Amino acid sequence: MGTLSIADNLLFFTELVSMPVLDIRGRRIGRVKDAALVPMVNSSRIDRVLVGGAYTWLSIRYDQIRSIVLGKGIMLSDEQLTPYHDDEDMLRIGRDLLDQQIIDVTGRKVVRVNDITMGIQNDGVRDTLTVLEVDIGIRSIFRRLCQGVLPPRWIRRLQQPIPPNSILWDLCNVVETDPLRRLRLNISYQKLEKMHPADLADIVEDLSPAEREAIFETIDSEVAADALSEVDPKMQASILEALEPEKAADIVEEMAPDEAADILSELEEGTSEEIMDEMDSAEKTEVQELLEFEEDTAGGMMNTEYVALHENATATDALAALQGNTDLLESLNTLFLIDAEERLTAAVPLARLFIASGNAGLKDLASETLIQVTVDEKQNRVTELFDKYNLLTLPVVDEEGKMAGVITADDIISVLRQK
Amino acid sequence: MRKLLSRFRYHLLVFFAVVGPGFITAVVDNDSGGIYTYSAAGAKYGYLPLWTLLPITVVLIITQEMCSRMGAVTGKGLSDLIREEFGLRMTFLLMILLILANLTNVVAEFAGIASSLELFHVSRYISVPLAAVAVWFLVVKGNYRSVEKIFLFACVFYVTYVISGFLVKPDWKEAAIYSVKPVLLLDSGYLYMLIGMVGTTIAPWMQFYLQAAVVEKGVTAKEYAESRIEVIVGCMMTSVIAFFIIVACAGAIYSVRPRDIQDASEAALGLRPFGEYAFLLFSAGLFNASIFAACILPLSTAYSVCEGLGFEAGVNRRIREAPVFYFLYTLLIVVGAGVILIPGFPLVRMILLSQVLNGVLLPFVLIFMILLINRQNLMGEWVNPRWFNQVSWITVVVMIGLTLALVGITVRGVQ
Repeated sequence: MGTLSIADNLLFFTELVSMPVLDIRGRRIGRVKDAALVPMVNSSRIDRVLVGGAYTWLSIRYDQIRSIVLGKGIMLSDEQLTPYHDDEDMLRIGRDLLDQQIIDVTGRKVVRVNDITMGIQNDGVRDTLTVLEVDIGIRSIFRRLCQGVLPPRWIRRLQQPIPPNSILWDLCNVVETDPLRRLRLNISYQKLEKMHPADLADIVEDLSPAEREAIFETIDSEVAADALSEVDPKMQASILEALEPEKAADIVEEMAPDEAADILSELEEGTSEEIMDEMDSAEKTEVQELLEFEEDTAGGMMNTEYVALHENATATDALAALQGNTDLLESLNTLFLIDAEERLTAAVPLARLFIASGNAGLKDLASETLIQVTVDEKQNRVTELFDKYNLLTLPVVDEEGKMAGVITADDIISVLRQK
Repeated sequence: MRKLLSRFRYHLLVFFAVVGPGFITAVVDNDSGGIYTYSAAGAKYGYLPLWTLLPITVVLIITQEMCSRMGAVTGKGLSDLIREEFGLRMTFLLMILLILANLTNVVAEFAGIASSLELFHVSRYISVPLAAVAVWFLVVKGNYRSVEKIFLFACVFYVTYVISGFLVKPDWKEAAIYSVKPVLLLDSGYLYMLIGMVGTTIAPWMQFYLQAAVVEKGVTAKEYAESRIEVIVGCMMTSVIAFFIIVACAGAIYSVRPRDIQDASEAALGLRPFGEYAFLLFSAGLFNASIFAACILPLSTAYSVCEGLGFEAGVNRRIREAPVFYFLYTLLIVVGAGVILIPGFPLVRMILLSQVLNGVLLPFVLIFMILLINRQNLMGEWVNPRWFNQVSWITVVVMIGLTLALVGITVRGVQ
């Protein structure tokens, strides 16, 4: 069989299923029905092979197997076989994985499992199966359709012209909606937490509601907040509503106040109150203030993440203020100056700080014209201003001219995209 | 009181947020084939067949409701669920049948476009290619939300049938009486017509499209109450339109001289003596219905197939990201439209074939639907209640019986 390019130490799950199983004396005791991982013990080794015997299914441990040979079958090394009864620690390949959706972490998409590629390793005593790849794409569909119709070796030869399409098992994330089972199967979403929030949001949108909730329930609140802000607005509300109020509150607290207010205003009154009750008081007041404003006014669009200094402050003061607000740095591009009554007097582009000496007054670094709007300014007018003056950040003031918040260009892009 | 008002406002908002899938599916049910069936019934038997619309509405509501409920609760399309619960091989078989059945349906829709525009003296060699290109671009260059808005707008044009029904000045008293008075004639033509009317009511593609559209819309179990209303109203509207088509043909053709008509455009011509407007509206309605269905069918087919077999799908993805989806979509349009342009193509046989394929596929789809909707692990508290299960099993058995009867008659007629 040297002409085969698929090595003999690879085995597809479709080939494993219905393989004959022979006991120590070479008598056939049944055929393979399914195989299972026990993720608590090992995340990729096939720990059990389930065999349909004459009367009942038998559960064979990996260390009871002597050899696995395609075309011949599975030879056992032990006679003490136990009947199979549903084991909650098992992730069954055929039942729980095949035909189901899983997350491809590097490809950043949701895929459907057609087949599993396993490796056969021999340590001198026994052959062990390890899950290597999850197969998707046409080649594995072909294998599934031919399974049991043609001999495995023919299928291997016929599938050669079709390009393979697989994902490494380590880069897959199984989605399980039952929290208890998630624990037993040792399923975590740590891999997802490392993804870009926007990619995670895309994936979440492709899943079913129950799966979405499972992910948001489990992942870190900060990651959840970042991802949730990227999710389609209508879906945001339904995700939050499905979560426990405490968890929902944890996530909302991590969000920018304006986004939090937007989402909460989409919810039914009772639900949003429940969530607010669980929130810390500081974040709660901020969000509550924002909720007072109509959605399509400057007040409804703004957030309160800005840095404002007294108008007589120097560049050194500004740097100190920035050091105290490191969590805002990523999106900050303007500083604001206010007088003793907290009224807005000037805006300073952040970049000018770099070329200013430490004792330079911020007032001298400010932009010539100060463009600002009041909280009740209409949304259309606000977008017009952004276009006309090429703004990145627009300060919003209340009736008395006191600084209330800022609208940033990304808010405007979201507004325009929704039209 | 204020609380009540705000609750009402909330539900109204939710209703408008979920509107779309149910309306569109139900209305597209009156495609060129449906219009022909109803016109033929009215032209030959006048007001007699009107009573069937009531049971048709009930059957439609029962099946559509199950699909939209499954979509809202599971958040998964019908082909997704079939794949997850019944495996790849069964899904593959169903999807092959679905492609074939829907391909023949697409051919019928393009035939409707050709014949309706020929009433306006536009050659099919101009109208069909133009329509095909327009359909392709609409979906490929749009996103689903804007496309859905266009679809909802197209629903409005079905009002042309209502107006042309009025213009013909039919006998309203008779129409009212026969709407509720069942008449059975032991005449083979009449029975065939009845079976045809009921048999074409539920097509397999509708179940796939509706459920996928509900999922795409993001309807959740919580909003389902509103979604259910939408489905029910949509189904009733469909029957209202069917009512006016039958009444128009009864008033215009049957009352002059009962006769068999060969296609829907012949029905439009039959309306001509009752005024140019009646004729124009009827033909425009036929064109609208055909092109509408020609948009939805290829889209829905490509979507269901890719979902079920695990390929990337959706108009929001780019061609490079979802090649199989766009290939299938394009193939259905190109073949569906191209066939119409072949001179001497046996179109009637093709349409009969489409009935047979739909008839073969439907039992599978309906039975899978009932099995799926009763799975506790999928539906939780939303499984069918017992009484509803009995009603839906009866409906399904009756529908399968009637569809197979239609297939049987069709096959015998062809030989």
